[in-house]
Amino acid sequence: MGEFFTLSVLVATAASAIRLATPYLLASLGETVGQRSGVLNLGVDGVMLLSAFFSYWTVLETGNLWLAVFVGLAVGLVMGLLYGVITVFLKATQGISGIGIFIFGLGLSDLLFRRLVGTPKPVRRLPNVDIPILSDIPHLGAALFQRNLLTYLAFVLVPVTALLLTRTTFGLNIRSVGENPQAADSLGVSVERTRFVAILIGNSMAGLAGAALVLQLGIFQPNLTQGLGFIAVALVYFGAWRPIGVMGGALLYGLVNATVLHWKALGIIPVSDSDLANMAPAVLTILALIIVARRVHAPSALTKPFTRH
Amino acid sequence: MPVGIPQWVSTGAGRFAGTEPTDTMGSDENILEMRGITKAFPGVVANDNVDLDVRYGEVHTLLGENGAGKSTLVKILFGLYQPDEGSIHLRGEPIAIASPSEAIASRIGMIHQHFMLVPTLTVAENVALGTRSTRRPFTDLDVVSRRISEISEEHGLAVDPSVEVRRLAVGERQRVEIVKALYRDAELLILDEPTAVLTPGEVDDLFVILRRMADDGRGLIFISHKLREVMTLSDRITVLRNGKVVGNTTPAETSSEQLAQMMVGRTVRLTPEKPLLDEGHARLSVENLTIHGDRETVAVNDISFEVRSGEILGIAGVSGNGQRELAEAIAGLRGVEPGSSIRLDGVDVTGDDTRARRDRGLGFIPEERMRDGAIAEFTVSENLVLVDHGSDRFTSRGMLAFGAIGQHSRKLVDEFAVKTPGIDTPTSSLSGGNIQKVILARELSASPTVLLACQPTRGVDIGAAEYIHTRLIEQRSIGTATILISEDLDEVLGLADRVAVMYEGHIVAIVHGRSASRDQIGLLMAGVVEQTPSS
Repeated sequence: MGEFFTLSVLVATAASAIRLATPYLLASLGETVGQRSGVLNLGVDGVMLLSAFFSYWTVLETGNLWLAVFVGLAVGLVMGLLYGVITVFLKATQGISGIGIFIFGLGLSDLLFRRLVGTPKPVRRLPNVDIPILSDIPHLGAALFQRNLLTYLAFVLVPVTALLLTRTTFGLNIRSVGENPQAADSLGVSVERTRFVAILIGNSMAGLAGAALVLQLGIFQPNLTQGLGFIAVALVYFGAWRPIGVMGGALLYGLVNATVLHWKALGIIPVSDSDLANMAPAVLTILALIIVARRVHAPSALTKPFTRH
Repeated sequence: MPVGIPQWVSTGAGRFAGTEPTDTMGSDENILEMRGITKAFPGVVANDNVDLDVRYGEVHTLLGENGAGKSTLVKILFGLYQPDEGSIHLRGEPIAIASPSEAIASRIGMIHQHFMLVPTLTVAENVALGTRSTRRPFTDLDVVSRRISEISEEHGLAVDPSVEVRRLAVGERQRVEIVKALYRDAELLILDEPTAVLTPGEVDDLFVILRRMADDGRGLIFISHKLREVMTLSDRITVLRNGKVVGNTTPAETSSEQLAQMMVGRTVRLTPEKPLLDEGHARLSVENLTIHGDRETVAVNDISFEVRSGEILGIAGVSGNGQRELAEAIAGLRGVEPGSSIRLDGVDVTGDDTRARRDRGLGFIPEERMRDGAIAEFTVSENLVLVDHGSDRFTSRGMLAFGAIGQHSRKLVDEFAVKTPGIDTPTSSLSGGNIQKVILARELSASPTVLLACQPTRGVDIGAAEYIHTRLIEQRSIGTATILISEDLDEVLGLADRVAVMYEGHIVAIVHGRSASRDQIGLLMAGVVEQTPSS
């Protein structure tokens, strides 16, 4: 046990925690924007899988990491268009449509992987970029400021998303259509347009999350996410629909994951119990949700399609 | 001296600054002319060749029953519906209003029957919503707040821009709605049943504000079915029935009775006649009743009362002062705190469930008729036997006895004059009044000794309301003890032998129906106990 608390292990754990938190954070922030507008997207995992595959394939074919990131974002946007049309304009039930999107993404990414790639081949990963000066801070610098650009982006997006929601007119529109779409409609705010754009933002970020996941790992395999997108949805509830809370949730999740990884590597957790230990983050989430869900107020119009009457 | 619309250039409505109707047009001219408006929905013509004129500086009332077409007409005006036929002229110019934003841009404002506010946003955010910010893409809430304060001061509408709307009382929310319209510089203001949720005192305050707004040269369309309010506030009245205009009049030329007759199309008795009865024995006794509300707060605080055979006890109060919790506790739908006691005919039923209480003679007409009173998707017949469907009468060997159910249902539909195509019609396709009659029929057919009637005529047309009142008085005559919980003070005063006024979970007073005055009860409803009413 004492081994764990050496400084180098702590720094390494913190670094992994932040790396592991990145895809969760990107996806959860996007989902937060969508949910604040009243749209639940359970398809995040499917969107991430498709984006992850296309990002991976792009690197495999072109070797261009930034093109891969862009492709991941674009796939998310396209899936957002699809989900937006289904839920906002055709007013389908959000829960079921989201599950449909998930299964679609899972199946298509699997199929394309088998057809186009076959066996997993490792690709180049996102390089870590040292931030001048800050990365020289002893220990802390190595943990926080020697990460990849998507990780930096994810954390920069936390205040940006918060600002978008609380300080901009569009954010005010998002919050109002998520709470009382009738009121927004009566004031000439287009509920459909606001929600559609919120979904596009949310899905694009899920696309980025997929890209981040695969480009940090440097390899793709069928069902790469293993439910990560669903956890991202849960983290929105955990974070009480606030970007800063969502960030807390993503970091906590990353930390528990990282700790389990490092303890396994160090032999603190015996191999025989490793499957059990893998459950820790999920158990933690459920416990946190039980505690948090009692106190916070979800957007009143969440999951409710809007029709004038 | 009419004051012009403030010349203020800022957000959405700024482009209209400079139009001063009171200078350019005489107050006799019309701000609005709607001509030949026709709008049909599948199966019903909601507006049939309707004309409506509104002058600058007047309060023009649209009066009619539910379903008469008032809401459809103003929704057309506000761009929520498109008319099938007809034309709209605003300030003399023909106009097509495709959406609420176009209506707002044309300086039409609407105060909706259900507040169009976002509870989790602040007053300033609610007001700013949908307007153009001076600091796009960011909001300019400080600018908005300053403007709100100006409007508040100018019109006597006290609101704090920085408070979240969910923390506001109903009357304050109403003021926010009006500020919202004024912020958008509305010159034609539609008020859809704005008094429905207010105390009598708040209604008086609102009327002062509305009158002042009209005096400033605005045109106001006031929608209501409360005849006394209509007689007080209106300059002119247009009466709608079945989608058609059936009359134009003014308060000076008409009376409440005449208006009611125009609305319904036949003579209506507004105040039910009620025979004098001797006091009977206590059928329902409530002692030291304390009930917790949904948020663990004390909703009803240590109240005691009894209701006697042949008596109607009215419970007056502004919505949210514990009436709902009281009704649910008596019906057995909500738990009570230790020390509370509820007795039916002397038998303690405090720990009994709803079924046991019904078996002891309790009948219950719930406030939310579509949530608690009937199942919308079920047929009329199914709803009529909903309480008794498991009894030997309607079930044999575990199978529903459709013959007996049908016979029973046909008899009740007939007896209670329920307007329905048949007993197998889905209840949801009936009007509110007829659904209420179905519930009333079910409850009264069980011959209750204690009847708990909550908002029995809310949202019900005058004809059905008149019928329901007659049946309640009939029950009184045969010895039923009735508790009438209603926010309609006229209903309470018309029916009740005694009136208990609830305020913040207490019964602040029980007064005799005959000696009670509206003013006195209005003050009690607002929690003013010490003050003696001035008359």
